[in-house]
Amino acid sequence: MLELKNITKIFNPDTANEKVALDNLSLTLEDGDFVTVIGGNGAGKSTMLNAVAGTFPVDAGSIIIDGEDITKLPEYKRAKFIGRVFQDPMTGTAADMWIEENMALAMRRGKSRGFSWAINDKDRRIYRQMLSRLDLGLEDRLFHKVGLLSGGQRQAITLLMASMNHPKLLLLDEHTAALDPKTAAKVLTITKEIVEEEKLTTIMITHNMKDAIAYGNRLIMMNAGKIILDIKGEEKAKLTVEDLLNAFAKAGSDGAANDRMLLN
Amino acid sequence: MDFMNWLAAMPGAVAQGMIWGIMAIGVYITFKILDLADLTVDGSMVTGMATCAMLMVNGWNVWAAMGVAFLVGMVTGVVTGVFHTVMGIPAILAGILTQLILWSVNLKIMGKANQALPARNFDVLVTQLRKYESLVYLALACVIIVAALYWFFGTRYGMSIRATGCNEKMSRAQGINTSFNKVVGLALSNGIVAFSGALLAQYSGKADISDGRGAIVIGLAAVIIGEVIVSRMGHNFVIRLSGVLLGGIAYYIVYQTVIFLGLDTDLLKMLSALVVAIFLAIPYLKKTYFKRPVIEQKGEA
Ligand SMILES: Nc1ncnc2c1ncn2[C@@H]1O[C@H](COP(=O)(O)OP(=O)(O)OP(=O)(O)O)[C@@H](O)[C@H]1O
Ligand SMILES: [Mg+2]
Repeated sequence: MLELKNITKIFNPDTANEKVALDNLSLTLEDGDFVTVIGGNGAGKSTMLNAVAGTFPVDAGSIIIDGEDITKLPEYKRAKFIGRVFQDPMTGTAADMWIEENMALAMRRGKSRGFSWAINDKDRRIYRQMLSRLDLGLEDRLFHKVGLLSGGQRQAITLLMASMNHPKLLLLDEHTAALDPKTAAKVLTITKEIVEEEKLTTIMITHNMKDAIAYGNRLIMMNAGKIILDIKGEEKAKLTVEDLLNAFAKAGSDGAANDRMLLN
Repeated sequence: MDFMNWLAAMPGAVAQGMIWGIMAIGVYITFKILDLADLTVDGSMVTGMATCAMLMVNGWNVWAAMGVAFLVGMVTGVVTGVFHTVMGIPAILAGILTQLILWSVNLKIMGKANQALPARNFDVLVTQLRKYESLVYLALACVIIVAALYWFFGTRYGMSIRATGCNEKMSRAQGINTSFNKVVGLALSNGIVAFSGALLAQYSGKADISDGRGAIVIGLAAVIIGEVIVSRMGHNFVIRLSGVLLGGIAYYIVYQTVIFLGLDTDLLKMLSALVVAIFLAIPYLKKTYFKRPVIEQKGEA
């Protein structure tokens, strides 16, 4: 379904700040995989997701979705295949636009937009229905600006938007990291529900090892732009935080970068 | 101040205000909707004036002349848009470059620094010689423009332009070609600005190479004044655009009044700029100097 072949991404090449963020990285996802990704700060997790989404071109390698090579496709064209939720709740929605307008924008992702009126009553009924599943009372607030909502509400709406039109791939980059624990738990629950109901192939970056173990059918650990651990199915079900910490220590990565991981 | 004289000057002030209000709607599209500061308008305004005047002098019908002025204005916006999105030049600089290009282009269009378009000799739509009739036409133009833009920005495509100005990263993630949308927005904006230029050339009976100097400041002033006027009337798009038109009218009423009060007209551009500077600074000043300490609130879903 998704194939990353020997991806390399170097930031600021040929300067003192040169940084190899992805180092000849390869990864193949099966249809319906729900992969959690962990790794220390600067391991290259976000860079991997952004490379798939097309935020920047990669320096080497190819990205293939369902047999189609999308390596050269601009970001906005890849959006046809990909739904995304970002770490910052501000990023995934247009703050000055209404809830229904944000949803209408997402509803046309990957489709032509044209000059028909953007929202009609039938659309509204659909949006209300989708929002009511969140159980946050947002179905009565279609005409509210998204900017007035809390971070958790915004992330929940972004999730809905990202999962519209059944994307081939859902990319979640620490999408609960900016939320307080209770809200984060709620958004994670919604995530799980949507991913399971829609059977979405998903990559979720998290700094919480417990979440990484509890969610999904596959776990990847990254370090220095490489995948250093890849555990699936049965084996993943038996995984403990202890195991992960050991794997991490064995990778011999430097301690400072891992403080945040250890704290979780 | 002679009140009756002042009153007699009002229809003219309102007419000019409407013309500049239309121009300010162009500015609104870039400044407010696209979140870009576009300085092309100082040039494209005159391009509209020059195009309309030259075509009419060469025997064109006024409607056709205004239509062509609109289209040529759109081209000027495309030039700035390509500078910005394809060549990666910051928007302000891209606008300044086009503005300078247009200075030469406008001279070439007219063949000299100014062109007369006397209403006595040409079948113009609006003119200061027939103020009341002009007001009707201008009001009609305003209604049509506001209605057309209300429709346009309410369509799926128009909404994607609004999203582009609101959150570019989100827009791209939702499959929106933000670069293309910026070019389209700049084209539309400058088309409207050139159209207002075409009206101004008819109204004042001339086109002059330096008529556009500081147009952006007047446009911004109208946008800002308009915002204040309709700030308590809701967020409906029609109300916002009407506010911009009212802003243009208010600007010209104040302008006339100031002249009647005997203020040195040489100082008017400076005063306009200072007023705009103050209003633009308000959000920043509020944030920096009047910020009360807020307790950080975590989002509760
Ligand atoms: N746009 C950029 N320009 C320069 N360097 C970058 C850029 N983006 C990322 N990097 C560098 O690439 C490396 C990988 O960053 P990345 O954001 O992928 O890490 P991460 O695994 O997501 O870490 P975190 O857990 O902190 O989010 C880091 O050293 C980072 O400083
Ligand atoms: Mg990251």
